[in-house]
Amino acid sequence: MTQTATDSAAPAALRRRRKRAGRLHIVVFLAPAVLIYTIFSVYPLAESLRLSLYDGLEDGSAVWIGLGNYATLLFDPDWARQFWNAFSNNLVLFFVHMVVQNPLGLLLAALLSLAPRFGGAYRTLIFVPTLLSVVIVGFIWELILSPLWGVAETLLGAVGLAGLYQPWLGLESSALVTVSLISVWQYVGIPMMLIYAALIAIPDELIDAARVDGLSGFAIFWKVKLPLILPTLGIVAILTYIGNFTASFDLIYSIQGALGAPNFSTDVMGTLLFRTFFGQQLQLGDVHMGATVASMLFFIILVGVTIYLALVQRRLQRYEM
Amino acid sequence: MKRLLMTTAAYAALSLAAAGAVAQTLTIESWRSEDQAIWDEVLLPAFEAKHPDINVEFKPTAPTEYNAALNARLDGGTAGDLIVCRPFDGSLVLYQKGHLAEITDLAGLENFPSVAKAAWSTDDGAETFCVPMASVIHGFIYNREAFEELGLKEPQTVEEFFAVLDAIKEDGSYTPLAMGTADQWESATMGYTNIGPNYWKGEEGRLGLIEGTAKFTDPEFVKPLEVLARWSDYMGRGYQAQSYSDSQNLFTLGRAAIYPAGSWEITGFNKQAFFEMGAFPPPVEAAGDTCYISDHTDIGIGMNAATEHPEAARTFLEWVASPEFAELYTNALPGFFSLSNATFEVKDPLAREFLSWREQCESTIRVAHQILSRGEPNTWNNLWTVGANVINGVMTPEEAARTLQDGLAKWYAPQKD
Repeated sequence: MTQTATDSAAPAALRRRRKRAGRLHIVVFLAPAVLIYTIFSVYPLAESLRLSLYDGLEDGSAVWIGLGNYATLLFDPDWARQFWNAFSNNLVLFFVHMVVQNPLGLLLAALLSLAPRFGGAYRTLIFVPTLLSVVIVGFIWELILSPLWGVAETLLGAVGLAGLYQPWLGLESSALVTVSLISVWQYVGIPMMLIYAALIAIPDELIDAARVDGLSGFAIFWKVKLPLILPTLGIVAILTYIGNFTASFDLIYSIQGALGAPNFSTDVMGTLLFRTFFGQQLQLGDVHMGATVASMLFFIILVGVTIYLALVQRRLQRYEM
Repeated sequence: MKRLLMTTAAYAALSLAAAGAVAQTLTIESWRSEDQAIWDEVLLPAFEAKHPDINVEFKPTAPTEYNAALNARLDGGTAGDLIVCRPFDGSLVLYQKGHLAEITDLAGLENFPSVAKAAWSTDDGAETFCVPMASVIHGFIYNREAFEELGLKEPQTVEEFFAVLDAIKEDGSYTPLAMGTADQWESATMGYTNIGPNYWKGEEGRLGLIEGTAKFTDPEFVKPLEVLARWSDYMGRGYQAQSYSDSQNLFTLGRAAIYPAGSWEITGFNKQAFFEMGAFPPPVEAAGDTCYISDHTDIGIGMNAATEHPEAARTFLEWVASPEFAELYTNALPGFFSLSNATFEVKDPLAREFLSWREQCESTIRVAHQILSRGEPNTWNNLWTVGANVINGVMTPEEAARTLQDGLAKWYAPQKD
């Protein structure tokens, strides 16, 4: 009896110790990522949210004002005008990327996956602009489109369309779309690569089977390949959404300046945040108002991503291949 | 043991004293990285020749990063001993936070007029914290060869100015005005604050706005916007997308006749342009009217309140306030004019022309820079946008003036109705 008791007790203790050790290695492996993520991402985010609840005083100290800064940003006519203008410009930017960049990326990826042997060079060439600094891209396009030294007018003239030329970057009506298209030119390589990777991961047997079933090339793409890469297209869409609120800043800042010239027609959340936080010429930087704009940006992205995850991502069917 | 300690202490004391006597190194914080050679080769050797015990180093930061980087270094206690000061609130805030030392009683400050010191003094003018170094003057630089070719003279009045522009436009070989609205700030800086002082009578109008006795919607502030709106007819095709550097190139390549300028362009234009240049001040309404120029206080220098070498830093600032520095600096950097009352010869002809306007005209500074751009919406930012809007024809001068006035009245007590 005693014998059996000790017998069963020992493995139980051992199991417990094993279990504890098992938990420990999870902690050890997670620690570096959690630590780095917390220090460089979670903490600054929390700090920025905290800053947005204070107001700076002249002597450099801060006083807690709750949601006062948010009320100013959303209800003071001058701030609200800037905020909603920047927000709607961001939506236009997102729209242009969704209807131009991503379909173009899909088309290029589909073409490349058909001709892997000749596609290599094109794949690299189309991807290269994403590696260039936005300052260079901005400068190149400013030169191309320049009314003084640009080739845009000459090229249009060569096909008899010189009359269509306008100083697009300087006109309120066209500046935002022009900047968006420059950004599309630069970043079309990213959706192309993601979709291309998904396309070449589709097993040949599936395609062969479809062919045996009598499907034409276009029908294979439409009915077999496209459903299989839908999850990737979802990821591309959400990356585009986030990128338009965060990455659009540098290109616009380098081409149109911190005031989103002309007449705020290219002002986006990023440029609004930049000049509010760091100041612009005689406008002194205001960390608290800046943090408020940054927090609003965070909430906008959060809401967008949540809607996507709740409504779209869960309904996407994934196939084991 | 005791003896050993004593000896060590003595050595320590000695080496400390020696370090103090040999050389104190001061560093200068600045955003003017293009001036590195001038400081290293002209200005600092001249100072060190007089003060061999003080060693000074010029360590600039990129202009766009200067304010943020300087603030961070001042807060962290790692900033240089001498700080090159932006005018008005940028430096006033540093002084109020205790980062800049007060230097009101510095020997040599009496060499500067009070309008020059205003940019680096408290609002009441009682305390000064930076020595004024230089101003930039606005006006128009023109292609003298183009003028001779077309038989044109420097215009004195506004109507003569537009007659000259009409003649250049009619001839067709030059773009009359080299300016664009893509970067917006030229419309405010080279446009409104360049020609405006003739209408609002310089300091009278500027101080009127500050005291609340004048408004941006008053005729003297609307008129220059109306004149600005007429400029667009003479600017290059597609000027809406013409950037600042485009305008500079257009002029220095000899393709434009007149460049609405600030004197800071002189050094660059002397290097780039292959033709002879002249300059004329902003034209007045009627011949014989008093002329007003924008002689804008742009650069000053102060000392870090936390410097370890306050005596040496003060000595350096006294030297910056001296007539010797005024002459060296103005000639080393044509287009940046010392604000000192000292008289000396300016060697560059174009710079001399600009400087001569100080004798004929009344000086003022840019209208939005003191006090008026302290709140939100920011008057200077507003001026960039509405200035460009007026030239682009998307806003009437009256609407533009209304925007400026409403923006100011929103937060500035003396302007509230």
